[in-house]
Amino acid sequence: MKRDAWQDLALGAVLLAVAACLPWFGGSYWLSIGVTIAMYTVLATSWALFSGPTHYISLATAAFFGIGTYTTGLGIDHLPYWVLLPIAGVLGAVLAGLVGLATLRLSGVYFVIFTLGLAELVRQIITWVQNFSGQKGLYVLTDITEADIYWQLLGLAGLVFLGGWAIGRSRLGFALRIIGDDETVARHSGINTARAKVILFMVPGAVAAIAGAILAPRYVYIEPLLAFTPMLSFQVVIMALLGGTGRLWGPLVGVIPFTFLWEAISASFPNQTTLLLGLCFLLIVYLLPKGFVGLIESVRRWARNREGYA
Amino acid sequence: MDRRRLFKLAATTALATTLAAGAALAQEAVKIGAVGPKTGGLAGGAAVSFWPNVQLWAHDVNARGGLNIGGEMRPVEIIEYDDQTNPGETIKAVQRLATQDEADFILAPYSTGLNLAAAPIFDRFGYPMVTHTAISDQIVELSQRFPNMYFTLGGATGLAGGVVEVLTKMRDAGQIGNKVAMVNVADAFGIELAEVARPAFAEAGFEIVYDTSYPLGTQDLSPIVKGAAAAEPDAFVAWSYPPDTFGLTEQAMIEGLDVKAFYTAVATSFPAYAGRFGAAANGVLGAGGVAATSASFQEYAARHEQVTGAKPDFWASGMVYSSFQILEQAIEAVGSLDKEAVSAYIAENDFETVMGTISWDENNNNAAYWTVGQWMDGVFNGVASTGREGAIEPVAKTGWE
Repeated sequence: MKRDAWQDLALGAVLLAVAACLPWFGGSYWLSIGVTIAMYTVLATSWALFSGPTHYISLATAAFFGIGTYTTGLGIDHLPYWVLLPIAGVLGAVLAGLVGLATLRLSGVYFVIFTLGLAELVRQIITWVQNFSGQKGLYVLTDITEADIYWQLLGLAGLVFLGGWAIGRSRLGFALRIIGDDETVARHSGINTARAKVILFMVPGAVAAIAGAILAPRYVYIEPLLAFTPMLSFQVVIMALLGGTGRLWGPLVGVIPFTFLWEAISASFPNQTTLLLGLCFLLIVYLLPKGFVGLIESVRRWARNREGYA
Repeated sequence: MDRRRLFKLAATTALATTLAAGAALAQEAVKIGAVGPKTGGLAGGAAVSFWPNVQLWAHDVNARGGLNIGGEMRPVEIIEYDDQTNPGETIKAVQRLATQDEADFILAPYSTGLNLAAAPIFDRFGYPMVTHTAISDQIVELSQRFPNMYFTLGGATGLAGGVVEVLTKMRDAGQIGNKVAMVNVADAFGIELAEVARPAFAEAGFEIVYDTSYPLGTQDLSPIVKGAAAAEPDAFVAWSYPPDTFGLTEQAMIEGLDVKAFYTAVATSFPAYAGRFGAAANGVLGAGGVAATSASFQEYAARHEQVTGAKPDFWASGMVYSSFQILEQAIEAVGSLDKEAVSAYIAENDFETVMGTISWDENNNNAAYWTVGQWMDGVFNGVASTGREGAIEPVAKTGWE
């Protein structure tokens, strides 16, 4: 392994350790912002692991997230909390695998539409089961604090970055980059494109489900409408695109400014939040088509060129 | 007027202005936070029952000079946030109110789910949380965990029990037989009510001749109503949500579902219901109700319409306003902004509100609440409750004319 790679890992570990100190230094308000950032970092980074190289836009985040939330909601009275997180991960991965098998052989737009419908489909199935079994409202009453949730999300973020880092260096990552550039070429080079895509799609599925399971105690009361909110899927996509999907750290530089922007708009314009967010989306798409990663890299290139001339 | 006197006058005026400004500065506003949906799934309901009451309450308090805090009159300032019907946003907004805006008090959010998401934060900062739209059958457990949380609107068991009670009364009076058609929206609250009602109807000797559910957001409700009509019931009971409450009523009129007792649940008490169906709404039963003829409610309803330009609904609206009144009375009685003292005062006292007297049982629950109301000539009066005064006798519905 190259020295650079070790440096990246060490830097990541240090940053994670710094972030983990937030509950002791920031107040509870900053902690709640921290939870939001950690949650979207996990979701957007894992989303970009799949969608970045393959260019398949997945709108299924809410479906996986909701499954995780319900895993905790239904299981908390019967199983220890720590067991529920891996169960949620497995359920999310299995669902993603099934969806992947059904749709990833199709090209782009069919996949987008199917994933958009998936959250609604899962929500309706859960509702149907609840109606059938006469399940009452789900309460998740635990002693898990906001700081615990924050640390769990940070831990998950660490795993996602580590996973992404490892995939990027593996044969699978290489295969996906080829698929993203030209799927026909990839197939002709002997890559089993469908299998590679399905395997990678299971990663965001599992991660989003675990994130949902971690956050369920924060919501206390679980209902389908709140657990499967389609907004979540769109927010994750927008944050990841704002950051840029070309680099592993790309979504992170999208999530942080976006969370603060969102917070500023919610705090200052409570009556026009949705309108202003829409305007921001438009501006982002027009002014930063390659996200912050693109911006940062063009600034770097510009600086390098200047040095060359000087 | 010579120059000297003019100067004197100017100086006096300036002094008076400064003094007045100083006095106004001393009356620093009491900051009250308000979080609720302005967008998202529950924005419609909040626009009827929640936000107008926030506006009205602030207007009422400031119109009489503000809150009397230890002899000093201080105006209230409302800080509003939209939670987009998203519990994550509710949590952030309440955090923001508590720590960034340093709100003195925070009004309870709107709906069961959003209240419960916010409850741990209210609890951590010690804010009293007088809920107005949280409906739960888990009140015992919740009040143990969140000692500053108060419940006013009741639970599914009481709401379903009220319907059984009204139908039993009508059957005993010979107005209806014992065949009930029951449908429910397949969503959290609708499922819960149906689940509670099923054994309760059986126990009261009713025969459920039709029992089905439909998904939330169903547009075409005609198969449901046709199915119910084919079973030839004496009473039709729908555990419904706002869009389907209207949809089912409309279908029942089209199909001529001529039952003597017709019940739809949430939003039947909205003024828009009578507004849409006019005289056809006469005799329709629905969830909630108020003592519509009481002076306190009538006076409140008139003020609500005058200040906000809209009529209050006949259930949650009054309770939302009452929960604000409880907070207001407790703050004034304690005479300070000490959250702990105000919480303790709320727990130990009864309160006179636009909905009548509110008192707490050992679980910080208002055990006496309205369960069923009935439309008659543009008014939705309570016909059943778990111990409130002002109920009138239910009457049989006479067609859809």
